[in-house]
Amino acid sequence: MTNESNPSTSSAATRATTGKVRPHPSQNESLVFENSSPGKRGYKLPPLDVPAVDTKALLGSAAREVPAGLPELSEIEIIRHFTRLSTWNYAIDLGMYPLGSCTMKYNPRVNEFVSRIEGLADAHPYRPDSLAQGALEVIDLLQRCLIEITGMDAITLQPAAGAHGEFTGILLVRAWHESNGNARRKILIPDSAHGTNPATAAICGYTVENLKSNADGGIDLDALERQVDSETAALMLTNPSTLGVFENQIHKIADILHAKGALLYMDGANMNALVGKVRPGDFGVDVMHLNLHKTFSTPHGGGGPGSGPVACKAFLEPFLPIPVLVRREIEVNSPATESWENVGDDPLPGGTLPMFRAPAAEPLSAEDPRKQRVTLSWDYNRPKSVGRVRAFYGNTGMFIRALAYILANGPDGLRQTTEDAVLNANYIRAKLQDLYELPYKTPSMHEVVFSDKRQAALGVKTGDIAKRLIDYGFHPYTVSFPLIVHGALMIEPTESESLQELDLFIAAMRSIAKEVEDDPELVKTAPHSTRVSRLDEVQAARKPILRWRG
Amino acid sequence: MRYLPKSPDERKKMIAEIGAKSIDDLFAIIPEEYRLTGDLNVPRQHAESEIVDYFRAAGDMNATRYASFLGAGAYRHYRPVVIDSLVQRGEFLTSYTPYQAEITQGTLQAIFEFQTMIAELTGMDVANASMYDGSTGAAEAVMMAVRITGRHKAVVARTVHPEYREVLSTYAKHQGIEKIPLGYDRETGRVDLAALDASITEETAAVLVQSPNFFGVVEDIPAIAAIAHAKGALLIVSIAEAVSLGAVRPPIEADIVSMEAQSFGVALSYGGPFCGVIAAKEQYLRQMPGRLVGQTVDSDGYRGFVLTLATREQHIRRERATSNICTNQALVALMATIFLTVYGKEGIRELAEHNMAKAAYAAGRLSTVPGAKLLFDKAPRFHEFVLKTDEAPAVWSKRLLNSKIVGGIDLSRWYPELEHATLWCATEVMPRESIDTAARALAAAPVEA
Repeated sequence: MTNESNPSTSSAATRATTGKVRPHPSQNESLVFENSSPGKRGYKLPPLDVPAVDTKALLGSAAREVPAGLPELSEIEIIRHFTRLSTWNYAIDLGMYPLGSCTMKYNPRVNEFVSRIEGLADAHPYRPDSLAQGALEVIDLLQRCLIEITGMDAITLQPAAGAHGEFTGILLVRAWHESNGNARRKILIPDSAHGTNPATAAICGYTVENLKSNADGGIDLDALERQVDSETAALMLTNPSTLGVFENQIHKIADILHAKGALLYMDGANMNALVGKVRPGDFGVDVMHLNLHKTFSTPHGGGGPGSGPVACKAFLEPFLPIPVLVRREIEVNSPATESWENVGDDPLPGGTLPMFRAPAAEPLSAEDPRKQRVTLSWDYNRPKSVGRVRAFYGNTGMFIRALAYILANGPDGLRQTTEDAVLNANYIRAKLQDLYELPYKTPSMHEVVFSDKRQAALGVKTGDIAKRLIDYGFHPYTVSFPLIVHGALMIEPTESESLQELDLFIAAMRSIAKEVEDDPELVKTAPHSTRVSRLDEVQAARKPILRWRG
Repeated sequence: MRYLPKSPDERKKMIAEIGAKSIDDLFAIIPEEYRLTGDLNVPRQHAESEIVDYFRAAGDMNATRYASFLGAGAYRHYRPVVIDSLVQRGEFLTSYTPYQAEITQGTLQAIFEFQTMIAELTGMDVANASMYDGSTGAAEAVMMAVRITGRHKAVVARTVHPEYREVLSTYAKHQGIEKIPLGYDRETGRVDLAALDASITEETAAVLVQSPNFFGVVEDIPAIAAIAHAKGALLIVSIAEAVSLGAVRPPIEADIVSMEAQSFGVALSYGGPFCGVIAAKEQYLRQMPGRLVGQTVDSDGYRGFVLTLATREQHIRRERATSNICTNQALVALMATIFLTVYGKEGIRELAEHNMAKAAYAAGRLSTVPGAKLLFDKAPRFHEFVLKTDEAPAVWSKRLLNSKIVGGIDLSRWYPELEHATLWCATEVMPRESIDTAARALAAAPVEA
């Protein structure tokens, strides 16, 4: 490595560059409350066109006496405040974000644009179904696409995120078992699973039983055979696993469970490795969730909003949360129905979107439903339903974005996306496995998990390497997860990285491996280039300060 | 495919460097019988312009040019333009949960500001970084109260949003939490205090009420709190209309507040994404679900922010976590933070006043229509009201739709005893003209020019 690609703390080297980052001024900015002065305004309401009211008289003792301590700023200060804060963030838009299990892929801007189209963004959830046919059409088309992609039979889009989807999915499992006379007692969860899995099982009233991984990090079939019994409700399996490994015994796993009347739940967090190549519904999965904010490109937004649809086989369909979207055909003889030709139950004939035939300029008349040949409506009369898992219908704004992503890709784009994601992970694996320990040699899919074994011998841990990566202009990989790998470095590049960006990342990781040998302190005290250095998390937790006080 | 940054030659080169013969080698671990051999049956690849056309057509089908009196947990307020300018900055939009504090100080400080604003508005000591929405937040608040008290019953007012109560039922069912319904006073629309007193026992973990409640009526929180606390139960107040806090006294006697912050600059978007948040008294902090941002210092002594108290959370505590929640509604919470900064201390009050003025005018105008009268007009309300009509809502709503107006929502859907009663909402964006037009259409008189 040349000096150019080896930043350090010395002032001479501060100007050095890895080819991706250079030192860059960053504006100081106070808390918004500290910028406030009484009398400054960032808003202007229009004059009231109705008589003003005396709110204190109307509310009586329920009136607010002390105004909330909100800040008072002008518009330019508001723009600067949040813009300055934004520059303190790393983001996909700035570069590779190799967080394993998080699928930090490009978030297309057309998704943002279409989600803000007036007729969709302004739609009230309780407007009559006849005035919401556009939103329902979007939901219906996304549902059909996701059913096709997963190979399942039915779906609900209601869950707000992945963990909420897990909750919904396990409720379906429970309801089905109850309908057979016994809810059963336990859920099996591999030791490599996401923390949400056991937390979900507990919330659904199940006991969690740990399933130890085999030598390859996969499901140990013998152990599974021993542990599955008449009280096992389901196995929650992530496939590919959190090691990025496809469970190639998946059909046997499903068979073992099904033989004892237990179900196979799939955590779809890693679906980015499978779309267009293989379908969970074909390999024995009974119910699964998807993360639209991972696989389907809706933005993470600093921690949400997400969306966690749950797809299931037909026998679980009666238990889906209410309401469920239903299609009804209406026979009419109106000339307007021409625009709805060929829109039947056949999903997406010829790959054409039904709505492209709808009259775009003229909104359908509300008082004349005869102009609609297919109507979509919400069905609440579902006696076997597990109930409602949230108000309204789900994070519709995220459905719009996910559908825009699917439309932009098409079947060929979705497949190529998966292939590129897997190619990128394997490229990183090939280029780093001589310097970083690969605890499991099984083939990688969309992510690769190394361990810090060699670096830890020199006193440098995965968390240190991750922090040092920041100085090279990259977001860290996922640290210390999955738990079955001691000192894990979990790297998921996604399909969104160019060869150039991958090579820069690989160069950075190789350079850090060398630093660990030459100057471990440099790595252990990283990052050196950020506006704050390592933060005292112990103090934050010991005496929590969770709000500003003036 | 325009999102994929590789040339065919680069792909070939990478496959060669890995030592594979073709891309298929990388999928060889998948048993052959399951590998797809053809295309998925999804729409073909579309140009950006076609995608925009498709969603524009969908938006047009939604019939946008209607005046709407719908509220009931989803409220139309003006959204200042700067909100979308700022949240669409890639550094906010495309950043992950801020686990790596050194390079996510922007998100962390904004959440810290959000927590502060929510605490200020609700009168609570601490607020979390967000929940999915008001419905799941209310359910999580009840579960939190169960953990704190070790009791397993919850008295739930029937004036809490019906869908929130349905969600709570779904959550409570499998945790041995018993839900006891609490009725309302037919005159005031408020919680029946005598019934409340009678339904709380030594086993009651919490009383859950909503204020303003589902009928738009502001509850007597101090009285409810006194009754709940007398028997050692916690009080949880759900707030579905956050803008009300500009004019309505915050529920400072509550132990936990669960709020839906959609009104703070979040689009209706057919019901989501919205922004729940849980706030509470400080002593209950360790039982709170969801992420929390705390202030600390870096190794040079500078102020900085981190996610904290993570030992409550699923990624550390697994099956013993306070909740399974992971991803929340961070970007929507940012919208709310910007909205509250735009309006500020004076603006939120003025905004609330405008809402009350519009609703007062609408309630007055509509209730003078022959055959119509206001229900629950003995109690204070914010910007929603219940109208009872001689005519069935299904009949007059057609007349209103012909005038391009969506009237109030039929309450008999959730309250069979409230026949011909509808819930109306008028926010600051409701023009007087639409209210007048609605009144004329409701009266069934020929519409005058």
